[in-house]
Amino acid sequence: MRSWRTAVLPPLLAIAFAAVLSSVALLISGADPLEAFGTMGAQLFKGTTAVDTVNLATVYYLAGLAVAIGFQMNLFNIGVEGQYRFAAVVAAIVGGALALPPVLHTLAILVVAVFSGAFYALLPAILKVTRGVSEVITTIMLNSIVFGIVAFLINPDQFGVLQGNNVSTKEIEPSGWIPGIPLGDAGTLFGAVLLAAAVGAAYWFMLNRTRFGFELRASGESPTAAAAGGVSAKKMTMTAMLLSGAVAGLIAMPELLGRDHVYAMTATQGYGFTGIAVALLGRNHPAGIALGALLWAFLDKSAVSLEQIQVPREIATIIQGTIVLSVVVAYEIVKRADLAAEQRRVGRASRNGRPATVAEGGAV
Amino acid sequence: MSTTVDPTPSRPPVTGPAGPPKRRIPGWARGALWAVGAIAVLSTTSYLTGMNTLTSSSTAQTALRLALPILLAALGGLWAERSGVINIGLEGMMILGTWGAAWGAFYGGVWAGLLAAILFGGLGGLLHALATVTFNVNHIVSGVAINLLGLGVTKYLANLVFEPLSGNPRQSPPVPKFDTYSATVLSDWLGELEDAQRVGISDAAGLLRGLITQVSPLAMIALLLVPLSYLVLWRTRFGLRLRSCGENPVAAESLGVNVYLHKYVALAVSGGLAGMGGASLVLLPGGADYLENQTNGRGFIGLAAMIFGNWRPGGLLGGAALFGYSDGLQLAGGGEAVLALCYGAVLLLGVIVVVQLVRRRWLAAALALVGAGVLYYIYWANEELPDDLIPYTPHFVTIIVLAVAAQRLRPPRAIGARYRRGEGD
Repeated sequence: MRSWRTAVLPPLLAIAFAAVLSSVALLISGADPLEAFGTMGAQLFKGTTAVDTVNLATVYYLAGLAVAIGFQMNLFNIGVEGQYRFAAVVAAIVGGALALPPVLHTLAILVVAVFSGAFYALLPAILKVTRGVSEVITTIMLNSIVFGIVAFLINPDQFGVLQGNNVSTKEIEPSGWIPGIPLGDAGTLFGAVLLAAAVGAAYWFMLNRTRFGFELRASGESPTAAAAGGVSAKKMTMTAMLLSGAVAGLIAMPELLGRDHVYAMTATQGYGFTGIAVALLGRNHPAGIALGALLWAFLDKSAVSLEQIQVPREIATIIQGTIVLSVVVAYEIVKRADLAAEQRRVGRASRNGRPATVAEGGAV
Repeated sequence: MSTTVDPTPSRPPVTGPAGPPKRRIPGWARGALWAVGAIAVLSTTSYLTGMNTLTSSSTAQTALRLALPILLAALGGLWAERSGVINIGLEGMMILGTWGAAWGAFYGGVWAGLLAAILFGGLGGLLHALATVTFNVNHIVSGVAINLLGLGVTKYLANLVFEPLSGNPRQSPPVPKFDTYSATVLSDWLGELEDAQRVGISDAAGLLRGLITQVSPLAMIALLLVPLSYLVLWRTRFGLRLRSCGENPVAAESLGVNVYLHKYVALAVSGGLAGMGGASLVLLPGGADYLENQTNGRGFIGLAAMIFGNWRPGGLLGGAALFGYSDGLQLAGGGEAVLALCYGAVLLLGVIVVVQLVRRRWLAAALALVGAGVLYYIYWANEELPDDLIPYTPHFVTIIVLAVAAQRLRPPRAIGARYRRGEGD
């Protein structure tokens, strides 16, 4: 049974704690915390910030989902970072080379992205299952190697195109784009917002309404019980890792098909690591991850405004790091408090309010 | 983190009273054997391919410089994981160390810098202890958060402190570096030997010479910390207690060991060592001053080196040497040298094939043979490897080595497990 307290209180506590801690940091550097937070909040209503936030949150949401799939069975796919960048560069190259009618083109690019993301997760999965190599180490190494692979593939000697000073992949034809949703002066919303929502719904359905989802959660919560129930741990590890990689393949798609249409060396990195934080914040729940993604995107986008009042924007990174740590600590504290309350309640109910005797485990 | 234990231990079944215990080669002798074997393979390779860079003194010198941060991070990982706490936050503690080193060195000289780096890293370690030991947070989650925080805090501090001094928030002003010392007489003699270009002797001389010329005090301290960690962790009462916290905290508790305290101490030391690792990026001659993102995943590579070393000080020294060497080689020799390394790997795999055939492990022998064939094809078919991929040689080496070595590893038993005082069963 999960009360509303265990679900909602910890994130709120964590955000409050992060606000306090960053206020201290702000005071030390001689800035007014209220002014800083006020500026960040006001920024949301200026120009295209609100839409930009939602657009960025779309990306973070997909990243969070990719990580959450692994978390469901205690698999730590820190390699989402590498998987999405590999998928992005491969999808951009294939998309640039293809000439297909509109919807088919987009679908083809998405399929390529999904498969390349899963492919990049294949090696850690195989090594984990057959050799017992920690997926954390292999995926970290592959995260670094992906820099080399992207540089190699984008190199004009291979598939790259030189445009001015920037090397990037060949531009994808408009038939492959995902059209945006124009909102007037507020900017253009990525069409991929719908894609992300669909993936979120599919994630929820898979976990709660399918046998596979049940087995996945079971092997995460109790590997021994799952094994006794006939679930092959190796098969689940393999599938969870590949699924996680497949979703990771989609992370770059909103920006690639909705805004950039090319993948360049200068493309933003780090979405995979953000995904870890967002998945933690959302407790692997599809709705929670969405809220976490929005919060994270808001902090990122509104931090820019801090420079107007001479506050280093890195304060946003500190807030983010504090939130991650305090959210897990807060969950633990609330869980312990709940447990203690539960024990007291059960104790009172079973003895009609009398204190426990020594034989029942009470105090002497 | 996953466990890397072999599901089917290949220990022969014990039947009847066991005979006299089999004499095992002591650890230091095995290490020496490995070193001799590695030099033999390298010198054969450099003889057969004509690549002198493989065993030149400059390669060894670069390798030592590059291995230091990895070695120190790996030692930090050893302390943490032996006490039962997974420390993936080494990277963040290293980043804190780089800032501390630059800040301390700028205002108080190199030793102050080193001290500040240790303090900053130690603070990160204590934060990790607070989260994982006191609040029972998942160790990996806390580690990731510390990596985030380490980056954020240093960026913020660099903005605050370094920008007025250097005009660049991503970089510190130039800081003093450690002096270096060489064993001149020995070094000159080895230099003559190296120039003589005799197979084997010259190669060993070259590698040795690189290790004894222009060595900084920090390098000596780091190398001394390996046997020191061994002595403390394996030869003292405190070390036994610390390791028992990592093997079975409930049993340790029943013997009156304060598990929380030991884990806190272990993590403070772990963070301090990681901070020192950060300092070795900043304070060594030839290294950059504080630079944003200069650790570049070395904390993680250190963790991999420790796993490669089977959670033992000698083993992690070997792991750090391997990664430092492959990094130094690609810097000193580029693509051709890495290709030559492929050739060396073919030789090594050839030896493995023979060994496995003698042991009648047909599958392992066949796999090694296939690997050797593939590597030889790469060597034979390419003039040089793509430039973009060369810098990632250490990462490739890590994956390959772990894939080959991982099955005989034994991590501390209670690693990553939840523990609360009085709740054991």
